Amino acid sequence: MGISRNVSLATALRYKGQGPMLTFILHRIGGMGMAIFIAMHLLASFLGGSVGNFINDIYMSWAFQIIIFFFVMFHAINGLRITILDLWPPLLEYQREAIWVEWAVFIPLYGFAVYSILSAAFGG
Amino acid sequence: MNAKPRTLSLKQRGLNFEMLMWIFTRLSALAMYGFFIVGMVGAFWMGARHDMNFADVMRWAFTTSYTHVQSTSVPDLEPWAVWFWRLVASGMVLTATAHGVHGLVVIADDYIISSGGRKFVRFLSMIAMASMSLIGLYVLWTY
Repeated sequence: MGISRNVSLATALRYKGQGPMLTFILHRIGGMGMAIFIAMHLLASFLGGSVGNFINDIYMSWAFQIIIFFFVMFHAINGLRITILDLWPPLLEYQREAIWVEWAVFIPLYGFAVYSILSAAFGG
Repeated sequence: MNAKPRTLSLKQRGLNFEMLMWIFTRLSALAMYGFFIVGMVGAFWMGARHDMNFADVMRWAFTTSYTHVQSTSVPDLEPWAVWFWRLVASGMVLTATAHGVHGLVVIADDYIISSGGRKFVRFLSMIAMASMSLIGLYVLWTY
């Protein structure tokens, strides 16, 4: 058993999936990022000591917070869209419109979060 | 366009593990929103308006561990460390672990297609889920 891929990587990268494809790939990256970073965060807190504190200090830095907030907030907001559309399938007709609404919710919320993180870090 | 309905009844589809996990992924997302809202309302109840910024409230509501508000100007950590918040955080960690580990299995299934490989992924996922749930609970209740 096995999948034979007749599509080269270059073609795959040029795949014009547009909005839905972008949310799909960001949802995966965010989900995997959360799984890895939150698992490491729990392990670091579990271990404690110099190794644990070293890892958790990275997690407290503003740069890391901006990345993890992107993963979490995008995954949460996109996940809510997926949940609503999947639980009420007639709405799937309006998937692209729902994605625009999603960005309209995500961009201001995430922007505000980034602003809060930066102003706390640089004494705003 | 095909005018036939594109959905099958549950009887035709059969109720298998994948189907159950599909609905679990959606419902656990809603449950996590529930935990998040409880945490957020609680934060404002305990004075977040004065002592925390937007990102601090988000971080607290995401997992209600008092270590998440240590870096804020909250004057007294005592009310943030009570058993109720540890319970909410435990609910979040257990739900998120189940949701997340299954998510990793879904991603792995896109690349690992032999039945032996998929069985191995499921075996690893069970170990990951059990160990991360236990470590998460240990961290939340001993800090």
